[in-house]
Amino acid sequence: MPKQTPLYATHVAEGAKLVDFAGWDMPIHYGSQLEEHHMVRRAAGIFDVSHMCVVDLHGNRSRDLLRFLMANDVARLDATPGKALYSCMLNERGGVIDDLIIYHMETVWYRLVVNAGTRDKDLAWLVRHASSFDVEVIERTDLAMVAVQGPEARNKVHSVLEGDAVKVEGLSRFSAAEVGELFIARTGYTGEDGYEIVVPTEQVEDLWHKLREVGVTPCGLGARDTLRLEAGMNLYGQDMDENTSPLISGLAWTVAMNPEGRKFIGREVLEAERERGIGQRLVGLLLEEKGVLRAHQKVIVEGVGEGETTSGSFSPTMGKAIALARIPAGDAEECLVEIRGRQLKARIVKPPFVRNGKPLY
Amino acid sequence: MSNLPQELKYSKSHEWVRDEGDGTYTVGITDHAQGLLGDMVFIELPEIDRELGAEEECAVVESVKAASDVYAPVAGTVVERNSAVEESPELVNQDPYGDGWLFRLKDVSGLEDLLDADGYAASIEE
Repeated sequence: MPKQTPLYATHVAEGAKLVDFAGWDMPIHYGSQLEEHHMVRRAAGIFDVSHMCVVDLHGNRSRDLLRFLMANDVARLDATPGKALYSCMLNERGGVIDDLIIYHMETVWYRLVVNAGTRDKDLAWLVRHASSFDVEVIERTDLAMVAVQGPEARNKVHSVLEGDAVKVEGLSRFSAAEVGELFIARTGYTGEDGYEIVVPTEQVEDLWHKLREVGVTPCGLGARDTLRLEAGMNLYGQDMDENTSPLISGLAWTVAMNPEGRKFIGREVLEAERERGIGQRLVGLLLEEKGVLRAHQKVIVEGVGEGETTSGSFSPTMGKAIALARIPAGDAEECLVEIRGRQLKARIVKPPFVRNGKPLY
Repeated sequence: MSNLPQELKYSKSHEWVRDEGDGTYTVGITDHAQGLLGDMVFIELPEIDRELGAEEECAVVESVKAASDVYAPVAGTVVERNSAVEESPELVNQDPYGDGWLFRLKDVSGLEDLLDADGYAASIEE
């Protein structure tokens, strides 16, 4: 039996088509995935992301624990309580256990938001290492989460917050604040401005309806996937996993090798990988002929070698097919993608494909 | 419940067939199928004069979600293809039995193996 979020009944009432996603009954769309995608690029959409797992770390050495477990360095957050950091958590082989967002709330309190599909292994990994740092790992099953995204998203949330809006109006990008019982972060997975809001389970339906009343469109996981792909954001399990290092996953920018003295799990393997020369790169592809790119299509870089698409879709904003692909390292700008036995031309580009609602290519 | 015109014949693989009365037969995908696939973004049709066997893969409809093969519901020769749906795949969502038709066949055989509307309705309820 798939699990249901506290918004399950709301989704049914909204006419959602529900699918099993990572063991959860989640809305894939509420009628038209394309329409939902466009609403987020042009106005504001709301997503139920309560399947994602909120984990709080408490203890004097929470910071030390995270500096040991994360490829990115939470010391970057020291100066600014509320600041968020995107990071990979690596295994001893330098593979990605999960990608997550870390919020630095207080010296002794960090909040993590991890993927639904990796919850069990993430918690096991955190707990296993937390004991030697005397850090408490608390999964917050009492909390739900929605993402409100789009150029109008922040104003819509402010109107619902009424007098409390002043507490978030000045929030800078990639920062969070507590507003009463709400935890509001200016983060997201769409490439648009907006908020992710963590809310006590029993209040989430009320919040959903208030945002619907001010004209925010309900959006499913289908639109979430095309939005994140256009924004050039990786999807765990598809664009990277335990067998790929962040260095061949377009995530080198999230690996903090400085300061040199910081020891973190996976560091030595990544250093050795750099020393040897990084063999592959994750790039963006734009299909130049008619067709749709999908994950696991063969990519041929002439004279260099072969690779594979890791995510692919029709881009609703650009009106053409786009993909992320792992290909041999180099500076090639063109490749061929094999679709149903035919080789079609594609351009190799640097993601993102879309920023602030506008195509970059 | 999806729309199932009584005058059409259907295949279990979700194509419909309409007798045009001039020896040609029009083929498309059902309202039920387009609903399952969602927003169409790309359609690939068979070439004119191609001879199709019954149940042969002959076209591809791709939605934002997934690619799906279209099978020839009957054997026959392609005489016309709807280039409008190649330009505007959303026609298949908007009007699956009208402007969203895919291709037209002549010299067909195997019509007797198709389902009527009630038979198809029963098959999608299974």
